[in-house]
Amino acid sequence: MDQSLASYQRRSFLRRAIGGVGALSLGELLAAQDSAPATSHPPHFPAKAKNVIFLFQEGGPSHIDLYDPKPALRKWHGQPLPASMTKDLNLVFVKPDAKVLASDRVFTPHGQCGTEFSDYLPHIAANADQICLIRSLYSEAFNHHPGQSLLFSGSTQFGRPTIGAWVSYGLGTASRDLPAFVVLSSGRGTSGGSMNWASGFLPSSHQGVVFRNGGDPILYLPNPAGLSRDSQRLRLNAIRQLNETRMEATGDAAIASRIHSYELAFRMQMAAPGLLDFSKESPQTLASYGVGKEPTHPYAVNCLLARRMVEQGVRFVMLAHASWDDHQELNKKLKKNCAITDQPIGALLTDLRQRGLLDSTLVVWAGEFGRTPLGQLERTDEDPGRDHHPNCFSAWMAGGGIKGGQVIGKSDELGLNIAENRVHVHDLQATILHCLGLDHTRLTHRHAGRDFRLTDVGGQVIRQALA
Amino acid sequence: MWRLFILHGASLLAADFTTQVAPVLTSRCLSCHGAKTQMAGLRLDSRETLLQVIQPGAAAASKLIARVEGHGGKTMPPVGERLSPAQIAALKAWIDNGAPWAGPARLGATADHWSFRPVERHPVPPGAHPVDHFVHARLASENIAPAPEAAKSTLIRRLSLDLTGLPPSPSQLAAFLADQQPGAYERLVDSLLASPHFGERWARPWLDLARYADSDGYEKDYVRPHAWRYRQWVIDALNNGMPFDRFTVEQIAGDLLPQSTVDQKVATGFHRNTLTNREGGVNLEQFRTEAIKDRAATVSTVWLGLTAGCAQCHDHKYDPISQKEFYQLYAFFDNADERNIDAPLPGEFGPYLAGLAEYRRQRTALLQQYGVPDRQPGWEDQIREARANPGKWTDRDHAYDAVQKYLDHSDEILDTPPARRTEKQADSLTDHFVINYHRIISKERWAELQFPELRRKLEALKRDFPGLTEAQTIAERPAALRRPSFVHLRGDYRKRGSAVQPGTPAFLPPLPPGESSRLALARWIVSPSNPLTARVTVNRIWQEYFGSGLVRTPEDFGTQGERPTHPELLDALAAHFIDSGWNVKALHRLIVTSATYRQSSHARPELAQRDPDNRLLARQNRLRLPAELIRDSALSVSGLLYPAIGGKSVRPPQPQGVAELAYSGSVKWNENTGQDRYRRGLYIFFQRTVPYPQLMNFDAPDANTAACKRERSNTPLQALNLLNDPVFVEAARALATRLLRETAPDASPAARIRHAFTLALARPPAPGELPPLEQYLHAQTEIFSQDPAAAAQWFPPALAGFSRAESAAWVGLASVLLNLDEFITKE
Repeated sequence: MDQSLASYQRRSFLRRAIGGVGALSLGELLAAQDSAPATSHPPHFPAKAKNVIFLFQEGGPSHIDLYDPKPALRKWHGQPLPASMTKDLNLVFVKPDAKVLASDRVFTPHGQCGTEFSDYLPHIAANADQICLIRSLYSEAFNHHPGQSLLFSGSTQFGRPTIGAWVSYGLGTASRDLPAFVVLSSGRGTSGGSMNWASGFLPSSHQGVVFRNGGDPILYLPNPAGLSRDSQRLRLNAIRQLNETRMEATGDAAIASRIHSYELAFRMQMAAPGLLDFSKESPQTLASYGVGKEPTHPYAVNCLLARRMVEQGVRFVMLAHASWDDHQELNKKLKKNCAITDQPIGALLTDLRQRGLLDSTLVVWAGEFGRTPLGQLERTDEDPGRDHHPNCFSAWMAGGGIKGGQVIGKSDELGLNIAENRVHVHDLQATILHCLGLDHTRLTHRHAGRDFRLTDVGGQVIRQALA
Repeated sequence: MWRLFILHGASLLAADFTTQVAPVLTSRCLSCHGAKTQMAGLRLDSRETLLQVIQPGAAAASKLIARVEGHGGKTMPPVGERLSPAQIAALKAWIDNGAPWAGPARLGATADHWSFRPVERHPVPPGAHPVDHFVHARLASENIAPAPEAAKSTLIRRLSLDLTGLPPSPSQLAAFLADQQPGAYERLVDSLLASPHFGERWARPWLDLARYADSDGYEKDYVRPHAWRYRQWVIDALNNGMPFDRFTVEQIAGDLLPQSTVDQKVATGFHRNTLTNREGGVNLEQFRTEAIKDRAATVSTVWLGLTAGCAQCHDHKYDPISQKEFYQLYAFFDNADERNIDAPLPGEFGPYLAGLAEYRRQRTALLQQYGVPDRQPGWEDQIREARANPGKWTDRDHAYDAVQKYLDHSDEILDTPPARRTEKQADSLTDHFVINYHRIISKERWAELQFPELRRKLEALKRDFPGLTEAQTIAERPAALRRPSFVHLRGDYRKRGSAVQPGTPAFLPPLPPGESSRLALARWIVSPSNPLTARVTVNRIWQEYFGSGLVRTPEDFGTQGERPTHPELLDALAAHFIDSGWNVKALHRLIVTSATYRQSSHARPELAQRDPDNRLLARQNRLRLPAELIRDSALSVSGLLYPAIGGKSVRPPQPQGVAELAYSGSVKWNENTGQDRYRRGLYIFFQRTVPYPQLMNFDAPDANTAACKRERSNTPLQALNLLNDPVFVEAARALATRLLRETAPDASPAARIRHAFTLALARPPAPGELPPLEQYLHAQTEIFSQDPAAAAQWFPPALAGFSRAESAAWVGLASVLLNLDEFITKE
């Protein structure tokens, strides 16, 4: 039932119970609503993390060039693999007899833990001791749209809610002025489009709110031209007065929710521009993220915004970067994407840690799949790339609830299959929810005759990842 | 039947075993403690076996209660939400009352499930309205009187929004208020049912079920320029009073009707609303089978209210649908191919024929001029070779992949000798060749051949000559090409289980012997002996009028679905529907002429505890309008609406950056100009990956799967949308202009506000509503007087006879009205 309706009924019931007459005092109800903290629900068990920043790397970044060094590829370079090794591959463009492509990247150990990272990721690597790297993740979908659907909604079937929507549904919002689930995007659009932040069969209030990187930060946020803040307040006051009158006339407490949502809209109008005002950030901070400098600027702004949103209580920030779909010219494109994202991500981790926010913020870096050790060459005059590869790829988590400085799982010597400790994307989802104090088997919603959950019928918390 | 009074929980309604106890056991206990599984050796589907965990007469001593309350041992059920206090209270009351068993010997024995039994015809006393007879009987049993009839002004607005999706015009309002003759309301009903806007209003919920969209979905999300023909068919069918059985048969199998017409084929566009994945490298067979599964699941949901789609990977957990039976349904659709057909609109054929010879001549000349006939055959050979030798040439593999993705039925065309190809086949292959030849010869060489220029010229030529409008349909494969159907093990199309023939679930009445076509399926669905179709359909129509169905799970009439609040009424409506010859408008008329429908929607505080969700229908419900009708209302009251019926989809203005969120900016949102900007919401181009924001903000479904009901959420984004979206600002400006023009030049503010209320809310303002608005006008005029530049931005045109500050303040007032809860609510 609608929250306000429930509270209305409780109150009017109490009023009658103690012998009062007449309608509920409207002002009282509304005052209670306006001063109430944002609607936040307790987790299933004490949480380590309060917020999530999901750094979505769209398109399938190459694990064997970024996180999972495979020197053995050198031995095979330029040769096809034996058919026995490739018979179970789901390949999109390359054929099973395509030739192996060794990585040109140089991997070196970092931090106390000594985890190896690619030379294209120096800033992320500098946070090695905070990072729990998974080298044995797998998915079932080998095309982008279905892969993203599985990563975010736990299913390749349509209409399921995405992880941010589940978190909003499970925990509510901790911010009075901002939505619980925010999406930031830079670069080009993603294959999944708005499906990646959909609320599915959950109420649409849980859907991700897109903060846009061009134009107005939220759709229809600014007042229309010519309407000052005073005029807007005047307009809202008139709307509110008439809505209150109608609520008295009809007795429909749902109108209180409508009034409340207009007030929240006004507060969003006030708060959102402030989020984008970086004038109080130190020049060092701005420089560390790469704000105001190419090619980092757009992504750096989003990383900094993510931190500022977390500070204001936004539960789930999804930061999409597209695209890592490097079928050709792997080295050139990897270099470009790393140049855009590595410094801002490294700075975000450091900044969160220095402000004491990393303990309560879970940062996740993942794409929908990885890429094949087999090279993809369309034309001989072009540099090769790699094909989609869901059987084994890498992702990492850091911060709230996570034990950093470790590597989970192992791939085989080619990065083709998992050698140890298989981790399904459902396990990753279960672990993210666990850090937030949510049991993935209990966070359910009844729809079309059964209880649905993010992890569908699978998912196990990755115990080794937990602090 | 036993009735108990439950005093423990929030509800004071009488409760019985069937509606309060059995559903809890069935939905929350039996999956682990039922016929199929008995965890811990325990079975809770009969009274006898339940005695292991209950002591009749002593709830407090019953283990069942301890477990569901979480005292001692594991809390049950172990997954999902815990039982609600009301559910636990019902169990306790039932046990304390001696645990009387009023159900079948075994719960979950599905043949007994209410919706699987034949529709019953309950007698209604002569002269009584069937709806009111059953609703009032239930209210009387609870000692509740129905609410009084709503005010006339409320009634006309409610009825007008319900039957046409538009608010009443001032003249319609005045005429209805003035008509004091008996039958005034019924006459209004008839005139609204006859309005062509009826088809628009009622097409929308059907399009939700049909998962209608104007684009492919998935990553590439290409536009579907012909999708609208199906929408048009739905609107026309509703307006023409097509009986629901015909409406059903034509959509499911119109192509198989004897001598089927173009329109009947267009109806099968229902099935073409499945998504199409043109992402590079996808397996076409995988996505073909996904679409077929979706068709089988969607038909089950839409007509039968069954979640048969749950049986794709395994037998249905709760309903008697085996995995094999799902694939028997699937088999009805497995041999229907997607076909676009010429479906000329009236007046298209003559001009097309007149220009055809000249078009062919010019096209042939162009192709000659650029050397296409010399190059295309070699390219075709290369493509066929690539198909036969995957992996041999990477460039050709890509070229073949592209042919498959972008040219429908490419294999069929490539395998037809050029001389035997239809003109359409030959043209589509040549067009594809011109565009994609570079995948083999390199972009540079392609440019040297001036193919980009040829491409532009061919496209221009098509624009210059009148063509024929197409439609998306399905068509049965020739018998020689029929594919056998199989169970897909674990739902995986690559893992074939046993072969299956088309067939319907065994628990429902059988198909006529010897019949197994899609047409037979369609006729079976609307045979009077089918217990589900009529119930499911009347329930969904009911839901539009009252906010919830008599069954509150319109998508699920199976054992996990909710039971009807008024089972006799549901059956009476279903029987009436069938007996009327599936007359859709008669069903609408029956519902809206009831006193139940005409009740006031004002809250009844005395019932707030007893019946918080108004299940007993002791009043009408106040319901927020669907997304499209919010737009339609704003355009309508401001006078901007362009009310043409039907036609192509339109792209109204939307902010920069919305379409750009689609995959690599592939979506082009070319705004319509002129009147098309002001068309109704159901005509807005639905781009699946980046839908129009106002639709999504107000809970329109995503068109990926059949949507049986919409949420009615309430979010700050909705407030921002109505406050600041230029579309709604424009509506406010137009409404203000209308107000000032339609009232006397010397009219008082109060008189103008009264007119504004008539336009926007179809009622006069209450005394308390005038002062805040007068004060608003005054204060806003002050602000604009001091800042004329702002006033000019807010309302650019100068209106003769009014100061700029004054007219701009009226725009503000109009905007206030368009933002009222009441404006976006059907009361």
